[in-house]
Amino acid sequence: MSFSAKQLSYHYGLHQANFEFPHTGLISLAGPNGAGKSTLLGILAGLRAPYRGSITYRGRELRQWPRRDFASDVAYVPQAVHIEFPFTAGEVVLMGRTPRTGGWYESAHDRTAAEQAMSITDCLALRDRDFRALSGGERQRVIVAAALAQEPKTLLLDEPATHLDLKHQLSLYRLLARLSRTILVVAVTHDLNLAMQYSDRVVILEDGRIAGDGAPGEVLNSASIESVFGVRTTIHSGPEGRPWLVYGMDGV
Amino acid sequence: MGAVAISALILIVVTLIAPLLGSTHIDLGQAFAGVSPDHEIFYYARLPRVLLAMLAGAALSITGVIFQCMLRDPLAEPYTLGVSSGAAVGAVLAICLGFSSTGFASLIGAGLVLMIVVAMSMDGRRMSGFTLLLTGVTMNSIAFAVILFLHSIASFSQSFAISRWLMGGVDSVPYSTLAWLAAIVIPVMIALTLRAPQWNLIAVGEEWAASRGVSTTAMTAFGYVAGSILTGLVTSLTGPIGFVGLIVPHALRLRFGADHRTLIPCSILLGAAFLVVCDTLSRTVNPPTDIPVGVLTAMGGGPFFLWLLRSKRKSLWM
Repeated sequence: MSFSAKQLSYHYGLHQANFEFPHTGLISLAGPNGAGKSTLLGILAGLRAPYRGSITYRGRELRQWPRRDFASDVAYVPQAVHIEFPFTAGEVVLMGRTPRTGGWYESAHDRTAAEQAMSITDCLALRDRDFRALSGGERQRVIVAAALAQEPKTLLLDEPATHLDLKHQLSLYRLLARLSRTILVVAVTHDLNLAMQYSDRVVILEDGRIAGDGAPGEVLNSASIESVFGVRTTIHSGPEGRPWLVYGMDGV
Repeated sequence: MGAVAISALILIVVTLIAPLLGSTHIDLGQAFAGVSPDHEIFYYARLPRVLLAMLAGAALSITGVIFQCMLRDPLAEPYTLGVSSGAAVGAVLAICLGFSSTGFASLIGAGLVLMIVVAMSMDGRRMSGFTLLLTGVTMNSIAFAVILFLHSIASFSQSFAISRWLMGGVDSVPYSTLAWLAAIVIPVMIALTLRAPQWNLIAVGEEWAASRGVSTTAMTAFGYVAGSILTGLVTSLTGPIGFVGLIVPHALRLRFGADHRTLIPCSILLGAAFLVVCDTLSRTVNPPTDIPVGVLTAMGGGPFFLWLLRSKRKSLWM
């Protein structure tokens, strides 16, 4: 197991969650606003302490992990990054290498890893641009590249598709699905169709409790979506023959 | 590396020329040969002053860089977080009590404020730039009120001494004072510089840094204490010299970018050069009177700051 939680709680955000995450696969965290998705992701990233109960990563309690060892294993992509200073996109991506570099300057290998990460998320052309001058979607691709440059074994993302245009949303989720063959990817998302299409497993949170956990087809059905999100849904056959959720506001 | 080398070259040139300039012309050959009065003017009036300006300019600039980075606020400066106003209260109190020297009292004042701010902003084992900022700004207001109160009950001559101290200025100090100042300031600056890669991460955000293995609480506490030691020491000797810690880091970010591995060494070197130039101006513009260097940096720095705000607004519309 990579993450394993027993009776995991955090202030008001999370109540007695139990789950086990494998070493690979794409897991989507879904749920209404304030349900505790970002809180849970933050705990997994080692950023929310002190939590109650237990959460281990690779058999070791999170609070006992040396910070840098944990950081070179687990990469975290926050919802939005706002920078005040004139860092270039390339510098931002290279920062992802810090837990692995440790020294003063990056090595040639660090630079190659950063370049590869940038070309994977389609932002190599932005390398010398001031990060502050980029659009929301461009920034998002740079931030994801910074996480990939870290060469993580676990990738945690908080609503990674939010600022992206349709094409980049799809290419990001294709990328996450591809990465999830070798590493664990956990992504918070509001887009249930993206979750349905690409994830191996969906965890639904409601009021800080886990309300559903399983394969997308089992967890995301009209009844569960109406009870958790309060929205009527019909399931159609979508592109590539997969189920496609259509939401309606009537009766809500 | 090129930027650092050029900065070092500028500092060397400035430092070589500055002691030769002043209200009295001196001959360098005679100064080295020990001929009076050139020898005395060079060794006891100008050289210590240039050295103090170097140390003060470097310390204020690097503190500006670190505080801006920690608070993620390009408009922060060494005085934002309260320590120098503690130094000012100490100095003003010393003047009102009739002490002959203000240095020791202002050091005590700076130290007290440092401890209060750290105690206030440590929340369990966490410390964040935001609480530091609020505590520091509040301490500034309290200190300002105390200074106004002391000023209102001071005698006429004390009142003059208080205003003069608050203007800030670089004076000739004994070499022994310069030696202990350098013995503290230089190692602290080196320790700050060595953590440049971590400062880069902190400049982006606390979570950004924490999720890349940086202990943000330890770094924030270290940055605050180190910056406060630098500012407190320098302020106790020169009084407040505004805008150096704001202008130098800003101009350098515009020129060289935000990477602290370049920004910090360049700020140290060019901050030193900048204050030496300002101090040289302050004693050559209107001889034989010294214009307080704090007045010069504020008169030059204020308009620069406004221009900066304006260009920042433009870039937001871009």
